[in-house]
Amino acid sequence: MFRDLLECTPRGLYCPAGDFYVDPWASVDCAILTHAHADHARSGSKRYLSAKSSESLLRVRLGQSIDLQTVAYGESLRIKDARVSLHPAGHILGSSQVRIEVAGRVALITGDYKLQSDLTCDAWEPVRCDLMVSESTFGLPVFRWPETRLVIQEMIGWWEENQRQGRTSLLLAYSVGKAQRVLAEIFRECGVEVASKVAVHGAMLGPNRAYVSAGVALPELPSAASLGGQHDWSESLVIGPPSTQSTPWMERFSDPSIAMASGWMAIRGTRRRRNVERGFVLSDHVDWPDLLTAIGQCQPEQVWVTHGFSEVVSRYLTECGTAAEVLQTRFAGEESEPTLAEKSEEAS
Amino acid sequence: MREFAKLYQRLDETTKTNDKVLAMREYFSQASGTDAAYALYFLLGNKLKPSLPTRIIRRAARLGAEVPEWLFEETYQWVGDLAETAAAMAKGRSHGGQETLSETIAERLLPLLRSASGSQRSTRKSSLSSDRRMEMDESLASTLVELWSRYDLLERFVFNKLLTGNLRVGVSAKLVTKALSQWCGVPSEELCHRMMGEWEPSETFFKQLVAPEYSGSSPAKPYPFCLAHPLPQGYSEENSVVDFFAEWKWDGIRAQLVRRAGRTYLWSRGEELLEGRFPEIELAAEVLPDGLVLDGEVLGFRDGEPLAFTLLQRRIQRRKPGVKLLGEVPVVFTAFDILEHEGKDVRQEAYQKRRRLLESLDWGGACGGQAMRISEVFSFSDWGALFQKRDTAREHGSEGLMLKHRHGRYDVGRVTGTWWKSKVTPYTVDAVLVYAQRGHGRRAGMFSDYTFALWEEDRLVPFAKAYSGLSDQEITRVDRWIKENTQKKFGPVHEVPAVLVMELAFENLQESSRHKSGIAVRFPRIVRWREDKRAGDADRLEDIRKMLKG
Repeated sequence: MFRDLLECTPRGLYCPAGDFYVDPWASVDCAILTHAHADHARSGSKRYLSAKSSESLLRVRLGQSIDLQTVAYGESLRIKDARVSLHPAGHILGSSQVRIEVAGRVALITGDYKLQSDLTCDAWEPVRCDLMVSESTFGLPVFRWPETRLVIQEMIGWWEENQRQGRTSLLLAYSVGKAQRVLAEIFRECGVEVASKVAVHGAMLGPNRAYVSAGVALPELPSAASLGGQHDWSESLVIGPPSTQSTPWMERFSDPSIAMASGWMAIRGTRRRRNVERGFVLSDHVDWPDLLTAIGQCQPEQVWVTHGFSEVVSRYLTECGTAAEVLQTRFAGEESEPTLAEKSEEAS
Repeated sequence: MREFAKLYQRLDETTKTNDKVLAMREYFSQASGTDAAYALYFLLGNKLKPSLPTRIIRRAARLGAEVPEWLFEETYQWVGDLAETAAAMAKGRSHGGQETLSETIAERLLPLLRSASGSQRSTRKSSLSSDRRMEMDESLASTLVELWSRYDLLERFVFNKLLTGNLRVGVSAKLVTKALSQWCGVPSEELCHRMMGEWEPSETFFKQLVAPEYSGSSPAKPYPFCLAHPLPQGYSEENSVVDFFAEWKWDGIRAQLVRRAGRTYLWSRGEELLEGRFPEIELAAEVLPDGLVLDGEVLGFRDGEPLAFTLLQRRIQRRKPGVKLLGEVPVVFTAFDILEHEGKDVRQEAYQKRRRLLESLDWGGACGGQAMRISEVFSFSDWGALFQKRDTAREHGSEGLMLKHRHGRYDVGRVTGTWWKSKVTPYTVDAVLVYAQRGHGRRAGMFSDYTFALWEEDRLVPFAKAYSGLSDQEITRVDRWIKENTQKKFGPVHEVPAVLVMELAFENLQESSRHKSGIAVRFPRIVRWREDKRAGDADRLEDIRKMLKG
């Protein structure tokens, strides 16, 4: 019943009325991108459309030369027979939900989103719609995020304890989004003076610059590799992407205490499998209560659930009286817990 | 509670032994006597009794999070830990509270457990209507929801661990004792002995335990058991066989028989009093002299031959065996060591001296009777002969040989070099993986529990479950394969096509009417993943039947 609005095709979600795709996983003529993470923004398409604040990151990820048109949040655009606008998703810098209106019917594709506050991007906005395509990465009732501020204080406590013991604090966090969010939160709590003790992995330099050029306040931070062999790491906080764990890059640090910031850290099993000393529960996705809140506020007639625990969430919504079905994507579906490596967003 | 929960977190987060010892030492040094007593009690793996039925915890979790039953179960399957699932779903404080561990136990946990067992009892007694029973469950569950609201996530999790029984935080009794010893200065071995047997976690107990001079001995108190290490590869090339005595290694119940103050106490290795379970042994022991402690093995035994462990298992389960069972599975205590003689601790004496003492003991006619024996001892002049003897172990109903150094004292716990065990090479087969289930603990959420089958004509018949043996990387690969290839689900059990072949090893085989295959295997484990084999290359059930003795 939403055929004109959206179709699920082998290349991804397709809007027939507007002849464009949203976050396609193959090359197409016209692609709207919800955000710059690699499992959503793929190179090879002819033309792209994204939110204005996503431009700097997308050019870092997909190349300076891509044909990219940008629009401000809320600005309405006609594409053939469809009316399209982008609305903040609160996931990372420039992340959008895509609103598509065809003949008075509205579809909303959330992309990845969260309701928690984030200093580095615009806050999620509810958008009334008839059809909502929602992610469900953390769609189980055990996922209930603690307050960001408490998590950051815990993180700072960990860093301070490591400094007392002369150990490097090595925090694993995705290079795009999570790393900048953590940095912004830490500088807010501790002041930018502590920046002299902070370094990042080289893969984060590009994204950091993209954030700064989009107007996010972040001090200039050196890459760990640029600090040379004689550097004293005993008081440092270093942020590295999860894929650097047990690589030679890590050997430069003195007896590092390794921690990770991710929603998966909420569960002991996934935390232990990652082999990190500490897990900080910090996610850029909706948790269980926020997922339900978001759906409640958007008031869709039907929900298509994707990316994560889609079967569980769609069954639960159906039982609660909201029509829902699983959107088959080429991702393995709910049975396979995305390995953190797959979810990680490495620029390198 | 806060401090104990933090201790749990510290122990859970590190794999380094020294960090664990340090964390426990720091805990003991700041805790009150009562808190320390409880912490010690739980760290050693003891649980509060009775524990709360898990259905109450499930119900409370559903109630608090307002989720339907299927959603709770689905989530629990994914998380793999009931205490954790319930804690994470519940609503509560974001900061920890001020309550101490003993307050939490005395004022929250114990009253809850008491009312739970009270309602259990009344349900049993008065054939309550199922409505009334539901009501009682509901009221317990809402109490639990209220209790959870007092704690933060970490405290709730540890609280639930205490409710459900085992803490399982990856510290051995040895490590706990070491930490305690470092803090209080009493040597580990001495602490080990003081902690043997049953004790209540109280301040009095704890003060006595860590005091320089011990004042709390009771006649029932057993000694810590001496444990063996597997004989290392190549050991025979560098050591002389004549230094050792050998005995059959029995697959029974390790036990310590204590005769003091005119009474007999039989203790299991798990430090449980086996009172009343083996009346024939207790009867036979009545004629033994006072001030005597023997180490040995309880075995099913008939017509001079040991019985299969599966038969003995029927006895273990019975607190008060009936006449019929006593007749079907008679048992014997096979003594192989002496720890106390005429009221004197003889554990420091050399093995050969203790052995002479054991043999010359005044058995009052008990030995060689129906329920009491001394183990047989062999000595060898070369290793070859010893291994040859070992390889005949199965014919004697034994698992292999125990090697004991002539001059070795009776050590506390698993000390390298005093006792070695050398088992017969295990049986192995190639079997096909047919079902998988998600694991627990470190493998929570991953498909790591497998059921294996063998061919019978053109059908695959399940015959063993195995959990261990694959590397983490292999488990990750198998886990992904199972998720992508599941054909059917039976609750938590996933059926997969017959593709993966693995080599399994196991200790022993017995005929069994309870198993589809007609065979029960002991200690099955995965030796390796046979990626070179197809399902059709796996072994047949008849091959394994041939291995059945007699």
